[in-house]
Amino acid sequence: MTSPTLVRLRSASFGYADRTVVSGVDLTVRAGEVVALLGPNGSGKSTLVRGILGLSTRQGGDVELFDTPLDEFDQYTRLGYVPQRHSLSASVRATVTEIVEVGRLPHRPWWKPQSRQDQAIVREAIADVGLADRAHEEVAALSGGQQRRVLIARALAGRPDMLVMDEPTAGVDHANQEALALVLQRLADRGTSMLVVTHELEALERVVTRIVCLDAGHIDFDGTPTAYSDHLRRHAVGSDHHHPDDDSPRRGHVIGAAPLDPTPREVTP
Amino acid sequence: MSDLLALDFMRQALLAALLAGFAAPLVGVFLVQRRMSLIGDGMGHVALAGVAVGVLTGQEPVLTALIAAVLAAVAIELIRASGRTTGDTALAVMFYGGIALGVVLISRSSSRTPANLTGYLFGAILTTSRTDIIVFGVLAAVVLTATLVLRQRFFAVANDEEYARAAGIPVLRYNLVLAVLTAVTVVVSMRVVGLLLISALMILPNATSQLFARSFRSGLWWAVLIGVLSSVGGVLVSYAAETPSGGTIVLLAVGAFVTASVATAVVARLRRAAHDRAERHDHEHGPDCGHRAVEHDDHVDYLHDGHRHAAHEGHYDEHGHDEHGHDDEQHRAGAETR
Repeated sequence: MTSPTLVRLRSASFGYADRTVVSGVDLTVRAGEVVALLGPNGSGKSTLVRGILGLSTRQGGDVELFDTPLDEFDQYTRLGYVPQRHSLSASVRATVTEIVEVGRLPHRPWWKPQSRQDQAIVREAIADVGLADRAHEEVAALSGGQQRRVLIARALAGRPDMLVMDEPTAGVDHANQEALALVLQRLADRGTSMLVVTHELEALERVVTRIVCLDAGHIDFDGTPTAYSDHLRRHAVGSDHHHPDDDSPRRGHVIGAAPLDPTPREVTP
Repeated sequence: MSDLLALDFMRQALLAALLAGFAAPLVGVFLVQRRMSLIGDGMGHVALAGVAVGVLTGQEPVLTALIAAVLAAVAIELIRASGRTTGDTALAVMFYGGIALGVVLISRSSSRTPANLTGYLFGAILTTSRTDIIVFGVLAAVVLTATLVLRQRFFAVANDEEYARAAGIPVLRYNLVLAVLTAVTVVVSMRVVGLLLISALMILPNATSQLFARSFRSGLWWAVLIGVLSSVGGVLVSYAAETPSGGTIVLLAVGAFVTASVATAVVARLRRAAHDRAERHDHEHGPDCGHRAVEHDDHVDYLHDGHRHAAHEGHYDEHGHDEHGHDDEQHRAGAETR
């Protein structure tokens, strides 16, 4: 018996207004999977996940979420979206708790104040991302990596069936990447399904169960991390996947210094 | 004070000031958050056209101003939501068209009615009538109730519109409700500070509280307090000094902002001198970082090489040597092998 289907795309295309960014995408994500979505800038990774979330327009094909066609889908709380940091307005001060509380809003009618249970879930989500000691600090004062974890906590507070993350590690310093990876590891161990757009596979190496590679709006690889490193080795010479430093990389290092990572780092195995 | 309150018009003026001083910052905080601080100004411009239509046709100016401001508010939101680059220009056309129409229409009517343009533009609180007060009271009650009930949702939408949309929160609907509440607030404050200064009462108290508040909640309530003190204080000062109420209120609010700016700058300098930063390290302390956590007053310190490190904003503070520092060695060793 296979695990339930969370996302199913059949020759789906997405874009904005009259511009198609991704087309002909077939992709099925099942419960328990941690899928990394890789691809160079402009390859349509963000458009694809934004399409799944209903933020960019579906321009063709079939999209089903939890076995419901996208147009009829209204259980938004089942998807926990972690956007890139810059979508947070910093013009007014807010604490970590105040931001994470937003994750509970879709679970209650507009007139209802938050319950004790909501508060408990918010505290738990903040603890899950390791920020319990900063729960009442201002978000704007935190480092980029810590802010990313606040956004993950906000998504977790919605108790979603799947996390959808857009570049959670981009622009995050090394110490915070480790903290972030630890958080994702803990979530994966609990069976949380994730779809992660990323440039830096290294940080997520231990978590990812499947890799999907987008190039110019099409999927050009879909398989396990092991198959991905073989794929890279085959394409290592003379392709646009080539990275000058990676001619004969050790296994494990291949994933770390993914060709899309502009500054590969030495990984201690 | 008690003889001031004995005056009927003064009682009404103070009540109107209280309502405006409470409602304006409450709605204004979301405008600040959405970086739309000047939108209230634009609504005020359009409301003037509404006032003029009222004066010209013999309708109640408050009612016609309300209709004009609400229509403008809805138009502003729809133009913004369309996301077109020409939207900004469209707003400019609407705002300047509104104020120009208002001025022209009021001048046409001045032969028959003693409509006081300055009174509408800069506030004439002492001319507030008993019916005005009742209308303002009802409108203010609507604004207060709606804003307090919906504040978390307004916060969510203003803070991160994209997330709100992905979470299924009807973003446009909340933005429209907020716009209408802003329009109502403009009309409520019209008599108190005047249509040209209306934005000041919505924005300045928030700008002030943002200087020192540590959370959205505290920032909001400080802004309301500053708003009420400026508007009620402004009315009292304007009565004593025989100055126009609107300008006096706004000057008080500006005074609060300047005072708070200076005070927070001084406090920040003193604090910076008083607290030690731990050395920069490429490590994030947390529940399972490997360093021992110790309770320290209201927070947690992490023992790092015998030093107590406490999380503060984006860095760690040095909270001194720990007397049991040495028994932390094996924990630290544990941390480093990770």
